[in-house]
Amino acid sequence: MAEKLLTRNVGVPGSATLEVYEQRGGYQALRKAITLPPESVTDEVKKSSLRGRGGAGFPTGLKWTFMPKDSPKPRYLIVNADESEPGTFKDRLLMEEDPHLCLEGILISAHAIRAKTAFVYVRGEFVRALRTMQMAVDDARKKGYLGKNILGSGADIDVVMHRGAGAYICGEETALMESLEGKRGYPRLKPPFPAVAGLYGCPTTINNVETLANVPFILERGADWYLTIGREKNAGPKLYCLSGHLKRPGVYEAPLGTQLMTLVNEMGGGLWKDGRKLKAIVPGGASAPVLTAAECADVPMDFDSLAARKSMLGSAGVMVMDDTVCMVRALERILRFFAHESCGQCTPCRVGVSWIHRIVKRIEDGGGQSGDCETMLDVCDNMIGKTICVFADAAALPAMAFVNKFRSEFEDHIKQGRCTLPEA
Amino acid sequence: MSEPRAGTGGLKVLPSDPSKIPGFAAGSVALRGPAGPEGIAPDEGKALTAGSRLEIDRLVALYPDRRSALLPALWVAQKEQGFVGSRAMEEIAAKLDVSPAFVAGVVSFYTMYQTKPIGRHLIQVCTTLSCYLRGADAVVSHLRKKLGVEVGGTTADGKFTLVTVECLGSCGTAPMLQLNDDFHENLDPIAKVDALLDSLK
Repeated sequence: MAEKLLTRNVGVPGSATLEVYEQRGGYQALRKAITLPPESVTDEVKKSSLRGRGGAGFPTGLKWTFMPKDSPKPRYLIVNADESEPGTFKDRLLMEEDPHLCLEGILISAHAIRAKTAFVYVRGEFVRALRTMQMAVDDARKKGYLGKNILGSGADIDVVMHRGAGAYICGEETALMESLEGKRGYPRLKPPFPAVAGLYGCPTTINNVETLANVPFILERGADWYLTIGREKNAGPKLYCLSGHLKRPGVYEAPLGTQLMTLVNEMGGGLWKDGRKLKAIVPGGASAPVLTAAECADVPMDFDSLAARKSMLGSAGVMVMDDTVCMVRALERILRFFAHESCGQCTPCRVGVSWIHRIVKRIEDGGGQSGDCETMLDVCDNMIGKTICVFADAAALPAMAFVNKFRSEFEDHIKQGRCTLPEA
Repeated sequence: MSEPRAGTGGLKVLPSDPSKIPGFAAGSVALRGPAGPEGIAPDEGKALTAGSRLEIDRLVALYPDRRSALLPALWVAQKEQGFVGSRAMEEIAAKLDVSPAFVAGVVSFYTMYQTKPIGRHLIQVCTTLSCYLRGADAVVSHLRKKLGVEVGGTTADGKFTLVTVECLGSCGTAPMLQLNDDFHENLDPIAKVDALLDSLK
C-alpha cells in the first residue's frame, strides 16, 4: 500500500478546517516556499516531472517557465476547477474534503510564477465545493497565509473564487479565460498561448486543482523523493475515479502507472454483480477511446502507456461496463453529452457532433441503415483537427473507437432493425 | 430532428411557433430544449433590490475588469428572483458597461441561468454514462410518474421542475440528482427519491 498523500486528510473529522489542516502539518510547505526565490520553486517542480492532472499531461514546471520574465503587465494564476469530464469527480473531493491543501498548492504556485492574483474557476454546479473553498480562503486570510505580506515575507497573493454557470467547454483553458472575462465560453485560437497573452491579455498560467495539490508535497519533501513514486516520466500519486459496474466505485489514490485491472479488482472490488463479465472500460473520461475487455489485461495507468494504446489517461475517469451493456446505447450517451456541450463556434464540431449523435440514436432506436457506420466514421474524419479547440477530437475519437472495436454490434442493430441487447 | 444527408449541407428551418418544434412540450418550461437555436424570451422580471445592487458592486471590485463580474452578477439576480429576467439583464448591463444584448447572449450560453420562472425546487437528474450504467433512467421515469410531468416540465402547483442534465461530477455515487444547490447521491433503491421529495415543503 503506497502512502496516501493527496487523500491523506479525506475522512478525517474536520478535514476542511484550518485548525485540523495545520495540526496535520499543513502550510509548512508554504512557509518554506514563500521565502525561496520563485525560480527555485519552479525548478523543484520542473525536476519532479509533475505532469498536468487535468487531462493533457503537460509538464507543469515547464509550463511555468513559459511565463515571460520581464513583462510589465500583471501576471495571473488560474485554477481550473471546472471538472466536467464525464466519469471524473476527483477535484470536487479535494475541494470539499481538503480545501486548504488545494489552497496551499495554489499559493505556492502563484509565488512560483510571480502572480499576485489567483482566480479559482469552479463549475457552477459545485456549490458545496465553492463554499468550502471560500471558507478556506477567508480563514487563511485571517491567519496571514494569503493577502498582503504573506507570513511576513513581503509577498502579496490574493485568491478569488469564481463560479461558472454550466458549460463543459469552460474547462478548456482559453474558453475558461473568456468566461472569466464575462463572455460566452468560446475557445480562442492559439497562439498566442496564455503564458504570453491570457486573461485580460496578460501573462497567465492555468493549472488543474489536482495538479496544484501535488505541489506542497514536492516542496516539502523534494523532487527526488517525488520521483520515486510512479514510473519514469510519469511520476507521483494519481487520483483515479472509478465508476460504473463496480462493487466499490469511488476516488482511489495510487501511483501513476498502477495496472488498470488492479484498480478495477482490488480497489473497485471487481464487477458489481456475480456472474457478470467485463465488456469494456473507458479509461480516462468520456473523451478517452474505449478499451475492450481483452485490451484491459495489461494497461499501466499513466499518460504514455495509454497513449501507446491509442487511448488516453485524460482525467483518469475509469468507467467500467459489464456484458449486459449495449455499446450503441453507451456511445449514444457519450455523444448526447458532446452534442449538448459543443460551444457552436466551429461548424465541423457544431454540426458534426450532433450529426453522429443522431445517427447513433437512430441505430439504437431501430432505424439504422446500411452505410451508417461508414458515414459516421467519415463525419468523424471531417471533425478531427479541423476546429479551434480539441473538443471535436474529444468527441470523434471515442466515437470512432466504439464503432471500430464493436462494429459487429452496430451492424447487428442495423440488420435486425432493433437494439439487440435486452435492457439490463 | 432529422439528420442532414451527407453532402446536402443539412439546412433545417425551425418552425416559428415553438410549440411545433419536436421535443418542445407546450406549456412546459423548456429549460433545455433540443440543441440548436433556442429563442430566448426572457420574462419581464422585477428591478433588482438595493441589496442585490450592493452585492454586485462588491463583486465588481474583485476584478481588474468590471465585465468579469457578469456571471457572478447573474447569479445574484437569479438568487434573488429565481430566474434572470430582462429587467435584471438591463440593469446588470448598465452596471457593467455592456449592452443588454451582450448580457442576453451570455445568459443563453450557460445552462444554469433560467430566463423564466420555474418551480420552487429544481430537480436535475444526471443521465450521462456512469449514472446511466447505475440506473439513472429509472430515476427519471420514476420522477416523471410521481410528479406527473415530462422532463422539462413544472408541476401544476409550481413546486417542482424536472430536468435531466449532463455529468455532474458525482459518478462514483451514481445514480444521483441535484436538488437546487445540493447533490443527493446513491439513489438506489428508488425509495430514497421518494423520501427526499416527501421531506420538502
